[in-house]
Amino acid sequence: MKVLVAIKRVIDHNVRVRIREDHSDVDLTHAKMAMNPFCEIALEEAVRLKEQGIADEVVAVSIGDKSVQEQLRTALALGADRALHVSSDTAVDSLGAARVLAEVVRRETPGLVLLGKQSIDSDNSQTGPMLAALTQMPQATFASSISIEGDRLEVTREIDGGLETLAMSLPAVVTTDLRLNEPRYAKLPAIMKAKKRPIESLEIDTLGIDVTPRQTLLRVEIPRERQAGVRVDSVDELIDRLKNEAKVI
Amino acid sequence: MSDTRILVIAEQEKGHLSSATARVLDAASQLGGSIDVLVAGSQASEAAQQAARLTGVSGVISVEDSAFDHMLAENVSALITSLAEPYTHLLCASTTSGRNVMPRVAALLGVGQISDVIAIESADTFVRPIYAGSVLATVRSLDVKKVITIRPTAFEPVGEQSAASVSSADSTGDQGMVTFVEEQLANGERPELGGARVIISGGRGLGSAENFRLIEGVADRLGAAVGASRAAVDAGYVPNDLQVGQTGKMVAPELYIAAGISGAVQHLAGMKDSKVIVAINSDEEAPIFQVADYGLVADLFQALPELERKL
Ligand SMILES: Cc1cc2nc3c(=O)[nH]c(=O)nc-3n(C[C@H](O)[C@H](O)[C@H](O)COP(=O)(O)OP(=O)(O)OC[C@H]3O[C@@H](n4cnc5c(N)ncnc54)[C@H](O)[C@@H]3O)c2cc1C
Ligand SMILES: Nc1ncnc2c1ncn2[C@@H]1O[C@H](COP(=O)(O)O)[C@@H](O)[C@H]1O
Repeated sequence: MKVLVAIKRVIDHNVRVRIREDHSDVDLTHAKMAMNPFCEIALEEAVRLKEQGIADEVVAVSIGDKSVQEQLRTALALGADRALHVSSDTAVDSLGAARVLAEVVRRETPGLVLLGKQSIDSDNSQTGPMLAALTQMPQATFASSISIEGDRLEVTREIDGGLETLAMSLPAVVTTDLRLNEPRYAKLPAIMKAKKRPIESLEIDTLGIDVTPRQTLLRVEIPRERQAGVRVDSVDELIDRLKNEAKVI
Repeated sequence: MSDTRILVIAEQEKGHLSSATARVLDAASQLGGSIDVLVAGSQASEAAQQAARLTGVSGVISVEDSAFDHMLAENVSALITSLAEPYTHLLCASTTSGRNVMPRVAALLGVGQISDVIAIESADTFVRPIYAGSVLATVRSLDVKKVITIRPTAFEPVGEQSAASVSSADSTGDQGMVTFVEEQLANGERPELGGARVIISGGRGLGSAENFRLIEGVADRLGAAVGASRAAVDAGYVPNDLQVGQTGKMVAPELYIAAGISGAVQHLAGMKDSKVIVAINSDEEAPIFQVADYGLVADLFQALPELERKL
């Protein structure tokens, strides 16, 4: 079985985001970039499926400008067999990404597609279900555990009330939650080797897909910061203030 | 905006309408136009009666079929798209169900989706947090049909009215793509995080699942819901549904008490809209103090039992 993993390049999750002076967009110049944490988990799961003999090929795909090749190299170093770069000078939104991925699915016919449950930049959480819709595949979002037997997939999902388990047959689309696994680190020799490996490339314009963004960004703002309040010296003072000052208990 | 027609997709369980519905209706009413509500699943007609009494609702569509239980995305999205034609806006709460179903609906309709809206500027312009809430983006949708998820805590629940009419629609049935196997739901002795007036959350500082009893003890005194940081959930102190933050629940109670939580941006993303925040932490440099209205630098193993005793 072939597993396709969608990898997005985003700002590193430890970096504090800045916005442009004219409020037109966030300012990512010189910001440290990384693989979306949920994509790391998706890739790790694919590699583990291969190690268990369930998958025989792991293909990493990323849509974006040339810089996303950095994350594709990381994917190769972490155990992906092939890397596919769908090159696009402008960023695609979730529907655009899903449409491109649907075309990649048509060409590659994977048994399983793994995506992150959300990008930590847009916080959209859309691409997985959109891809499932476009390819008429069943979907399991927010997965915290996966088991595959033959062409039957069972996924436990993290939902608001607790956990839910669904069964479906492959091919299917799964999006990963934080507790699915703990991704490994790439080893130095693998990183060195990945530098020399080929990255397959596809021009987005040649796919005949409409990826025009569906929204225009009018303005960004930094939300009003909360002011730090007071330090209380004791539990007694805390209770007193909550009762008599804030009046919340 | 008389040509605005909104369909709100409500969640229900065993005939009980989800409490988020009244808040999504607040957002819907700010769009202007007429509002219908869709309720689907076993016992949908009971929940439909509840929806009909919420202010602003013009009509309720009830589809009673167990295929829509657990909000299975494949089945529910087929139903929504079969009804979508006359509507300009499709709205659902940004719960795990809404975030599972609505992107599938959007893609089937060939439109984008706007996630986790916290303010409505006009019928096509919305405010939503990005980058774990560190930035607020104002976006204009270019689609003819707008598929939107609403963050319930950013809106107020609407009141009651005399009941609107309830009609039924044909079920699109089970698409035969997924089967529900089982669920493990938290037992509901405590208030639900989403709607709680007071929340007390614990983090890695609690050190173990047993120690989480200290949090529960205070929660019992306050009638509070219990929450947790990701670190506490990952370490297995508490189940996943208690996680507050960017990738957990978004909460905005009157009072939020964080004990043994450092205050990472991903945690703050889920609770910084609370009215009053209390932080209890032994490290006076902990970032949580920067957002706390009341900060107590203390060892939680002393402070929490004392709090429980004195409340
Ligand atoms: C993509 C992504 C998504 C994430 N999503 C979330 C999310 O949704 N929610 C979330 O919470 N996190 C999330 N995180 C994790 C987040 O970055 C932090 O790692 C996490 O919030 C830390 O949890 P914590 O504060 O409990 O632990 P720590 O940061 O380890 O803090 C523990 C605190 O306890 C205090 N302490 C220790 N002992 C005592 C004592 N005896 N008395 C008093 N205080 C004590 C310490 O001083 C410290 O401040 C996410 C991270 C990533 C990368
Ligand atoms: N440009 C992209 N290239 C590759 N994968 C993407 C891209 N955008 C989104 N994805 C995938 O979709 C997931 C969820 O993204 P989103 O729906 O934008 O929150 C990500 O974790 C990726 O797996």
